[in-house]
Amino acid sequence: MSAPLTPTPAHPRESEDPGFFRPTRRGALAGALGLGLTIELLPHGAWADTATGGKKLVVIICRGGLDGLSLSPPIGDANYAPLRGAIAIAPFGAKDGALPLDDTFGLHPAMTATHALALKGEARIAPAIATPDRERSHFEAQDVLESGDAVVYATPSGWLNRAVEAMGPAGRVRALSVGATVPLILRGRIQAASWSPGGAADRDRRLPAILQDLYADDPLLGPALAAGLTTRAMAKIAASDAAMAPPPDMSQASASAMASPPMASPPMGGATMGAAPPTAQPLLKPGLAQARTLGATLAGFMIQPGGAQVAAVSLDNFDTHANQGAGQGQLAGRLAYVDAFLDGLAKELGPAWRETVVVMATEFGRTARVNGTAGTDHGTASTALVLGGALKKGGIIGDWPTLTQNRLFENRDTAPTLDMRALFKGMLRDHMGVDRAALDRVVFPGSGSVAPVAGVV
Amino acid sequence: MSLDRDLGGAIAATRFGLGARPGEIASARSDPRGFLLDQISLRGADLAVPDGQSSTQRLAELGAYQRDRKLALATGDAKSDPVKMAAKLIRDDAGTDFLARVQLGVKTDAGFRERWALFWANHFTVSAGKLNTATLVGPFEQEAIRPYVFGRFEDMLFASSSHPAMLLYLDQAQSVGPNSDLALLAQRAGKHPGLNENLAREILELHTVGVDAGYSQADVTEFARAMTGWSLGRTDHPEDPQGFLFRPHAHEPGARTIMGKRYGEDGQAQARAVMADLAASPHTARHLSTKIARHFVSDDPPPALVDRLTKTYLASGGRLDEVAATLIRSPEAWDPRASKFKTPYEFMISSWRATDTAPTDVAQVAKTLNEMGQKPFSAPSPKGWPEEAPAWCAPDAVVKRMTWSEGFAQGLSDRDPMQLADNALGARLSPLAAKTIARAETRPEAVTILLMSPEFQRR
Repeated sequence: MSAPLTPTPAHPRESEDPGFFRPTRRGALAGALGLGLTIELLPHGAWADTATGGKKLVVIICRGGLDGLSLSPPIGDANYAPLRGAIAIAPFGAKDGALPLDDTFGLHPAMTATHALALKGEARIAPAIATPDRERSHFEAQDVLESGDAVVYATPSGWLNRAVEAMGPAGRVRALSVGATVPLILRGRIQAASWSPGGAADRDRRLPAILQDLYADDPLLGPALAAGLTTRAMAKIAASDAAMAPPPDMSQASASAMASPPMASPPMGGATMGAAPPTAQPLLKPGLAQARTLGATLAGFMIQPGGAQVAAVSLDNFDTHANQGAGQGQLAGRLAYVDAFLDGLAKELGPAWRETVVVMATEFGRTARVNGTAGTDHGTASTALVLGGALKKGGIIGDWPTLTQNRLFENRDTAPTLDMRALFKGMLRDHMGVDRAALDRVVFPGSGSVAPVAGVV
Repeated sequence: MSLDRDLGGAIAATRFGLGARPGEIASARSDPRGFLLDQISLRGADLAVPDGQSSTQRLAELGAYQRDRKLALATGDAKSDPVKMAAKLIRDDAGTDFLARVQLGVKTDAGFRERWALFWANHFTVSAGKLNTATLVGPFEQEAIRPYVFGRFEDMLFASSSHPAMLLYLDQAQSVGPNSDLALLAQRAGKHPGLNENLAREILELHTVGVDAGYSQADVTEFARAMTGWSLGRTDHPEDPQGFLFRPHAHEPGARTIMGKRYGEDGQAQARAVMADLAASPHTARHLSTKIARHFVSDDPPPALVDRLTKTYLASGGRLDEVAATLIRSPEAWDPRASKFKTPYEFMISSWRATDTAPTDVAQVAKTLNEMGQKPFSAPSPKGWPEEAPAWCAPDAVVKRMTWSEGFAQGLSDRDPMQLADNALGARLSPLAAKTIARAETRPEAVTILLMSPEFQRR
């Protein structure tokens, strides 16, 4: 508990002009930035961790339609290899083969750190999960995934934002999105912080205060600037606390890493993994280092006093229509990036990992059959990954419909056996303590018939 | 509706245009609508690089690079400096193209014409994720978008869908009919080339009728079959044409039924006929009109405006010059409230315009746009850059705008901030912002406040 700050005028001249100076948020902000302290900015001056009992939740959205059959290949399903042809992940033990989870499922060979967690019971898969949307449009499916509604464009706010609202009075639980823009999942009444690496902004303490006044009646810019400055100040603490000492290449890690595709690329577009062969491989390794740093920095944000308990992360570029590769190649590069990010996050969280759940999901899966261009088209069910030291040990989450031809959805896709909302609801209820009624009505409107998944946390 | 002239001039330059250059509001003031109507040109939009390289030349360069690299791979030199340098030179072309487009936006007297072109380039997004699309985005805009923005939509749709950049970006180039001669031949060699439905789906969902038009997965697949054969010459085969190539042997034979209409086998013309019907569809008219209204006027577009644009589109056979004129003549478009939040690109362009300065190096632009979430030529998906304010007004992004403005303003210490504010915003400058600018301690601080003012951040 810290003593509340006494607001101090940002600039002597202004104190002589009572009409101009308002000793409100502005003074507190300027003061806090000056002292390098941010905890005083907490709305209730409290350690907000008490609101969630120290529990933390990270939601990762993989955009573009992540191929679940490559992330967690059902090696033991007799139809898997024939359907997939050249892009099938090789069997357990083979070169570039899947990393075994049980007799049927493995993880993609690029997911080494995640596999190590799975062996400890700290990572599990839901291999046939889907949102209620069946249209196979990226944009509609992402809208449904993030809004939490059963139908498209029904709700302008995100379920994670409403869940944070349900966790306690405004400001008790703080949320953060990583990236230059706020994804739908965290848009809504609660002002979430957003952060992406970049230069410092608080070297001049006068200007932010002036702008705060200018934005006093601006519903968009006012809250955004206040939240941005607060987060920026916290970033300095997080960065200096992170064991990996990221600052030198953070500016590069950032913008390309999260705001845009997971394969970090130079400002002028060269480096997406994949179909364009030339530049892909050499950039793989620096991309992984950046991914790890980014995961670690996010962890730093979450473990510092007053840090975020809830975070949303977007990863792009999973739309592998062509040349998706198998144990190596385009998708393998992206999964290696995901794995490095998760590894950096888990390690840096340290003891807090025991209190953390990470859910990684995508808007839809991809066709069960390889298409004509060594890739896969838009499908239905995919795999969600759940990780964290808070998990209970267990097998797959939900049922496996198999890839038998007559079980494929519309003779084309992995059939969904689990509603995405059931998984999210389970994590929110059992880990974050959100009550069932709020989940059924507010967080996921009209989802009373979708029971939360039990027994994972 | 009568329009206050001072406000009309300011709205013409800032909302319809790319932000006012010094003197622009004054020139628009006497007849704001005429000022904009005069910018409609049947020749299309201006070219950023009038004598620039064509996609044919870029593809030839790419082909030469690929052959050299293959050779280098064979000798184990794939990572040698010359190969890396060659790739960098190809990427640099994209930077040059982008800088030229920024400079055009900064300097043009026809801000509305340029905004209209940028709208359509975003509608038909090609993103620079891969080396081969990176080098083609600039030529794509010049060849498939800018000449058509005041012509028939159908012509732009066809130009875009047959341009090498789009064919590569949405994987159409490799799509092969499962029963085509090529597929049957390949099967004997143990290969199984086939359909890729990416472009067909996005034409329906994003470029024409829109996702609510009632088409099914079967329509998407049928359209993808009709489009098989739409491809381009192989860059590593110097004897192939370096550009669009219809490959009859890859075309899926037979009639197709798409959204209830049957299209007989007609080779390349089969998909072309589908496109003509898509362009003429009322769904397309409404989809495009909604997007235009959302881009120019409000994230929540006024229904009356959407109706009026839709009517014009249908009555004129999809003529975009007519649609643009209707937009300019619509009272809803002149709402005094500035409700559109500028994208990072719009914010930066308008900052240069307001101060009569211009970037001279792409590095001055690319890094900042990247940090603000709008990496040059690299929209995150075929849907293009988002329109809605919440996408761009994230806390971190606002801080980055502030930081950039401060640095930008440092170089303007010899300018009169009040004069700049008046030139840039005219009657849209609020008393509060004017007072705050006047009270600044230094000129750079005053300019920063101007650029960060709520009215300059919007349009």
